[in-house]
Amino acid sequence: MGRVAKIARRTFLIGSAAIAGGVAFGVYAVKKDPDNPLSADLSDGSATFNPWVLVDSEKMTLITPHGDKGQGVMSSQAALIAEELDIEFGQFETSFGKPSPAYWNRAFAEEGVPFMATDHGFTAETMRSIMGGVVKLLGVQGTGGSTSMADSFDKLRTAGATARETLKLAASQKSGVPVGQLKTANGAVQLPDGTELKYTELASLAATIEPVKDVKLRDESQWRLIGKSMERLDIIDKSTGTLPYGIDISVEGMLHATVCVNPKKGGSLNGFDASEAKQMRGVKDVIEITDGVAVVADNTWRAFNAMRTISFDWGNATIPPEQEEHWATLSDSFKEELLDSTWRDDGDAEEAFKEGASFSAEYRSPYVAHAPLEPLNAIVLVTDDQVEVWTGHQLQRQLQVLVAAITGHEQDQVILHNQFMGGSFGHRLEFEHVKQAAEIANKMRGTPIKMTYSREEDFAHDFPRHISMGRGQGMVKDGKVTAIDLSLAAPSVMASQGGRANLPFPGPDSQLAAGAWNNPYNIDTYRMTAYRAPELAPTSSWRAVGAPAAGFFFDSLLDELIHEAGADPMEERIRLMGHDVSRKVLETAAELSNWGSDLGPNRGRGVAFVESFGVPVAEVVEVTNTDSGIKIDKVWCVCDVGTIVDPINFENLVQGGVVFGLGHAINSEITYSDGKADQSNYHMHEAMRMYQCPDIIVKGLENGTKIRGIGEPPVPPAAPALANAIFAATGTRLREMPFNKFIDFV
Amino acid sequence: MKLTVNGNTEEVNVEPDMPLLWVLRDELGITGVKYGCGIAQCGACTVHVDGVAVRSCQMRVGDLDGEVTTIEGLGSAEKLHIVQEAWIEHQVAQCGYCQSGQIMQAASFLEFNDDPTDEEIDTAMSANLCRCGTYPRIRTAIKTAAKNIREA
Repeated sequence: MGRVAKIARRTFLIGSAAIAGGVAFGVYAVKKDPDNPLSADLSDGSATFNPWVLVDSEKMTLITPHGDKGQGVMSSQAALIAEELDIEFGQFETSFGKPSPAYWNRAFAEEGVPFMATDHGFTAETMRSIMGGVVKLLGVQGTGGSTSMADSFDKLRTAGATARETLKLAASQKSGVPVGQLKTANGAVQLPDGTELKYTELASLAATIEPVKDVKLRDESQWRLIGKSMERLDIIDKSTGTLPYGIDISVEGMLHATVCVNPKKGGSLNGFDASEAKQMRGVKDVIEITDGVAVVADNTWRAFNAMRTISFDWGNATIPPEQEEHWATLSDSFKEELLDSTWRDDGDAEEAFKEGASFSAEYRSPYVAHAPLEPLNAIVLVTDDQVEVWTGHQLQRQLQVLVAAITGHEQDQVILHNQFMGGSFGHRLEFEHVKQAAEIANKMRGTPIKMTYSREEDFAHDFPRHISMGRGQGMVKDGKVTAIDLSLAAPSVMASQGGRANLPFPGPDSQLAAGAWNNPYNIDTYRMTAYRAPELAPTSSWRAVGAPAAGFFFDSLLDELIHEAGADPMEERIRLMGHDVSRKVLETAAELSNWGSDLGPNRGRGVAFVESFGVPVAEVVEVTNTDSGIKIDKVWCVCDVGTIVDPINFENLVQGGVVFGLGHAINSEITYSDGKADQSNYHMHEAMRMYQCPDIIVKGLENGTKIRGIGEPPVPPAAPALANAIFAATGTRLREMPFNKFIDFV
Repeated sequence: MKLTVNGNTEEVNVEPDMPLLWVLRDELGITGVKYGCGIAQCGACTVHVDGVAVRSCQMRVGDLDGEVTTIEGLGSAEKLHIVQEAWIEHQVAQCGYCQSGQIMQAASFLEFNDDPTDEEIDTAMSANLCRCGTYPRIRTAIKTAAKNIREA
């Protein structure tokens, strides 16, 4: 089948409508830029040049619409604008802005198309461009998929540059000096005689000038900020306890609420007895909401306490109640009628395996919770005219749509005050908590309701990472890996998530197979097949989405094959690598970790390579097999994101990604009994604590041609690198996470 | 009942079994102290009572016997505590939600041991969870703070 025909058969996120049903929009609609949301409530004397820059006589405000859940993008976005605008940290304020189609995410198109990130051919680039048009037309604003820097890099520098050039025009009008003789620095236009005209002084004049459109971005050699370590704008507030998260916001007259929704997934509420709760001190009301109950009280603790006294009659779960049934469903899903897509089919697999495989194995990846440390929460105030929402969210415009559907308002009557997030890892792409707060507030119009999940509720209704099962086989010959063939079966996380978000998700789910099909290896035979299991527990994107599972399967299988062949794990990966940027990543990891040196007794090292979100990442893990279990000694992580915007934040995020990947692989899973999650708090789903944390050496390379994000890509290789190291140290091969079910850790 | 928080005497009218965490957050509006788990598993609610780190989610306000210090009382942007200085120098925080608790735990620990080994740091800090995985930087920041305390 030809490449284009395959693409048409696959279709993909949102874009499938454009491909299968004819492109439903004209070139004009795509070329036209959405209105600048800052123009709507511009005060006299204030100037806005584009949706990201606002200047008045008092101050400069930079809009950083990508949500900040810890990855530091508020600072990074501001830095990109400041780079071209010639303003310094400390001279401006930032705002997350209000939801607007003007903030459509250009980079969302990248992951939606069924092409390898290393494919820059005509068809791949054309499809990315079409997808970009669709995302723009729909005004999809969002933070996820490690896209913030890719989306922002040119866009925000251009925003800074157009604002700068317009301010220079204003200065020229005011001073009579030709624009060509003006310079800018430190938030001011400089005249040839040394006079400085502050941007704030120029604001009212600039407001009368049509913003400059065509600007040339500065060459890398002229960058003042990009590529140099910055002091994050939020670092002092976060180190002094003064940064307010959503959970810390207080609104005049606010009441506190908490909810308990049927813990049996999908089950209804048949009845409840809240007679005791209603008598308790501070309790204002007990309200039935969708599939559950809300307690409204005068503080959070009283709401939590009263909730514990309520007895419930819960309906049965709509998912298979026992965990074993979930695994059995996956096991039964490797069949033609559930084929989601054959994502990769290099060589001739039928021919390669006609006499059987030289090796085969099965792998498992469990449900895992996001469990950000700030429990989900939202404040909602409903009046007849509008709805105000205070919460930290990654899909701002979709939140408006879903809240409006509950309260009966129009989308633009929903005002979202987006907040800093105390972590997310994907959980704040979800809407249930906001919808629940809206349900309560809608019944108590005029009173702001702050709804806070207890940690137990957060675990009970976390939409975990999907479970996945992999079956692999391979061939080795003359000390080399010649064929690899991986199939996996999993429910579609994007379909589950899209269903709740009202975002249609037709076509195959590229995330099912992410991390397994897209690794740029040149193996004679490389086949990767994904089967879509029926939906089980509702799931959601968990940091790196598909690649922590599929990447674990693929790299583990490859490692096993390399051992079968008797080759060196690093050398054979390098030999098989068909992509220069990725090969350099592996070679750098080998060099830094002194790969091949003698480690001494009871020790082992493993390497893994997984590409996700366009970022090739190699990790080397060293472990010691001690009397009290496996100790992780040291990790090297090498990755290539094209351009590193802020080296210190980059290092922090990579270290954090490694910790996240290792910790959950060691000890975390969500399992279901009677349709309920068995794990209720961190003692049952711990991930990594400091005593288990190894030294983590980070090296970022910049050989790639496109700028990429680093929030997610360090996660997927961590688990296979650890499993490969444990095999090297002990001879025990771990094919299922979490590993502590099979081996002890210090 | 009366309690002393960050040097101020506060009067609250609450049940004696209300955890100090919620008295601070919802009754007194002191929000640097965080709710994370409610069962002393995460350490986000760590404050000092007479200089000693305690989990405020497990401290019944009626049992309180001593002066409470929260992150806001430890230091401020204008007058940073030596531990906060180290946290900023090494840019520890990602989401930052756990960091109030981490800093309070570290400050209390360093009061007792200003020359800790790596192992002692791990032992003292392992009850404080960081979901973002900033542990390598927390370790480094504690070593810097310890050095600065010793040299102060």
